[in-house]
Amino acid sequence: MSTTVTPGGPVRRFAGLLHRRPYLRLAALLSAPLLWLVVAYLGSLAALFAAAFWTTDDFTGEVVKQFNLGNFQELWNQSVYRTITLRSVGVAAAVTVIDTAVAFPMAFYMAKIASPRAQRWLVIAVLTPLWASYLVKAYAWRIMFSGSGVLSWILDPFGIHGPGYGLPATIVTLAYLWLPYMILPIYAGLERLPNSLLDAAGDLGARTFRTFRTVIWPVAVPAVIAGSIFTFSLSLGDYITVKIVGGKSQLIGNVVYDNIGAADNLPFAAAVATIPVVIMVIYLVAVRRTGALDNL
Amino acid sequence: MRFTGARGRTARGSMRFVPKAKSFTRLACAAAVVLAAAGCGGGSGGAKAQAVPHLPVQQEIGASEGRLNLVIWAGYAEDGSTDKHVDWVHAFQRKTGCKVNAKVADTSDSMYALMKTGQYDGVSASGDSSLRLIYGGLVAPVNTNLLKNYRDIPSYLKNQPYNSIKGQMYGAPHGYGANYLTYRTDKIQNTPASWSIVWDKGSAAADHVVAYDSPIYIADAALYLKAHRPDLKITDVYELSQKQFDAAVDLLKQQRPNVNQYWSNYLDEVEAFKAGDNYAGTAWQVTANLAKTEKAPIGTTIPSEGATGWSDTWMIAAHAEHPNCMYKWMNWIESPKVQAAVAQWFGEAPANPKACKYAAKGFCTQFRVGDVDFYKRLAFWKTPVADCGDSRGTSCVDYSKWTELWTQIKG
Repeated sequence: MSTTVTPGGPVRRFAGLLHRRPYLRLAALLSAPLLWLVVAYLGSLAALFAAAFWTTDDFTGEVVKQFNLGNFQELWNQSVYRTITLRSVGVAAAVTVIDTAVAFPMAFYMAKIASPRAQRWLVIAVLTPLWASYLVKAYAWRIMFSGSGVLSWILDPFGIHGPGYGLPATIVTLAYLWLPYMILPIYAGLERLPNSLLDAAGDLGARTFRTFRTVIWPVAVPAVIAGSIFTFSLSLGDYITVKIVGGKSQLIGNVVYDNIGAADNLPFAAAVATIPVVIMVIYLVAVRRTGALDNL
Repeated sequence: MRFTGARGRTARGSMRFVPKAKSFTRLACAAAVVLAAAGCGGGSGGAKAQAVPHLPVQQEIGASEGRLNLVIWAGYAEDGSTDKHVDWVHAFQRKTGCKVNAKVADTSDSMYALMKTGQYDGVSASGDSSLRLIYGGLVAPVNTNLLKNYRDIPSYLKNQPYNSIKGQMYGAPHGYGANYLTYRTDKIQNTPASWSIVWDKGSAAADHVVAYDSPIYIADAALYLKAHRPDLKITDVYELSQKQFDAAVDLLKQQRPNVNQYWSNYLDEVEAFKAGDNYAGTAWQVTANLAKTEKAPIGTTIPSEGATGWSDTWMIAAHAEHPNCMYKWMNWIESPKVQAAVAQWFGEAPANPKACKYAAKGFCTQFRVGDVDFYKRLAFWKTPVADCGDSRGTSCVDYSKWTELWTQIKG
């Protein structure tokens, strides 16, 4: 066919413009996600920080938008908030340690020992619990920890009482919930470790432990840290699991929640919410140098 | 007995007692107006009445406007969509021609916010949101002469601090319930005569006490102290001076080792009682009944000190678009048959004792309907404000302090 292409149709002209100006193309592509990142994501964080310096009027309950450090002074002066912060960090650290200990052998088996077929099934098995609702899993643990639950049933014949609801139950439940987030980065990290290195270590006479210490671990550390960022930060902000299996314990998240729901004191809730943010920033800065962030 | 109420109640049960800080602020505003008025006009007696907006009272129920928009607690306006046998809305629509559009609210806060939009004709307000609705000018006084069933409502539900101002009713009483002392009968053989079972260190329930996870629970401590520490001179457990409040907080801190968990979702509490993790604590009748239907050995009692409780009222919006339909609804919901249906679905005492004729056998006995002495032993929830409501002036501890200390009590 000999149809003549009419130059200068609006669509065509626009396409030409985009072709001639790559910057325009880039801007059009990136403006939406950037807008999201800057306005919705960083913007809300900034709003959070700003709100932390405001107060509520005792009399009217309205937020008073006037800079003052009262909320932070309150956080510092009341020992209860220090206790809660330390408790939350302790729980997050314990969850991370448990997850690392459980996930490492699992990930190593998946990456190095299992057949490719088994490997695929194992990855699916690790991911499957993520399809179930968080609440369903937390309540399942609640039932297991209850006085008539399966844990008591197992432990009672030995004369041991189950831990019941409390911090240990919270740590176990959180460790269960976040385990896939630890396994997957370690698995990915170990997969990149060439098998030849392990063979070489063996050929040079290194025993299992030495191979682990000098060959596997150094390669896996960034991956472990990458996983720990997930487990640590997810545990630090959690307030639902501790409500369900935590008995009478409360963590930072509960204080934030109570200040929004019960006390209607948004500025103070914002001030409390900055604690985990600060802790995570310190943590991230510390691990940045290990190269772990490249593994995320 | 049917306790299908559980399902209907879920949304509310879990959220219901999310403390209502806003009511504090509203009342504080109202208090401010009172003070200002007192300062200008002198004589605080008349000043309080001035703080309440003057709104006209409807004189007659006219023709149906064809629509009715309600803000309700879950389970208060069932149209058969939850359970096809539970339906008192369709009959109302057929009878009055008012098409009901019910919006379920989770908390008193959201109820207040929804009423503020001005799109609704009425609301089933709890004791801790009703006053701020009145002071905020969002609900109008109710002409009780237009309420057919009002004369059947026992006098102890009329002109109460949570539903009226100076003898002017602001709604139609709906129903009420207590926070019972609930206990495992296999762990605690004798019916506890005192709340000491949850407060004392060496009690039979030590380490297995369940306490309500809300600042309003401080009132339960005050209730105990009211009976056992006469030197504190506690008169109203929601109007505490600093000294009384501190004593209640101390009692709660001392109780902490006893507590095995704090509950906020009543279904969690059912499960914990059933599993035997909890031996004693506060619960609603519906919680105890649910645990019983699952064969848990559970008993409920109101000990010598009394108990805290809650009471709901149907109120009409100040600028209701369909006021006639709202009055028709208040008449409908307070009629004996409907009261029986709602109370049984929800698990509460109906305001109208005539409902007992239509309720399942034993229902009204269990919920102590018409029992004035029982009612008087309940301290119905209201939001603590700085204004003590008596000669102490504005020296009482307000709700923002209650919430702050609640975090510290939990540690």
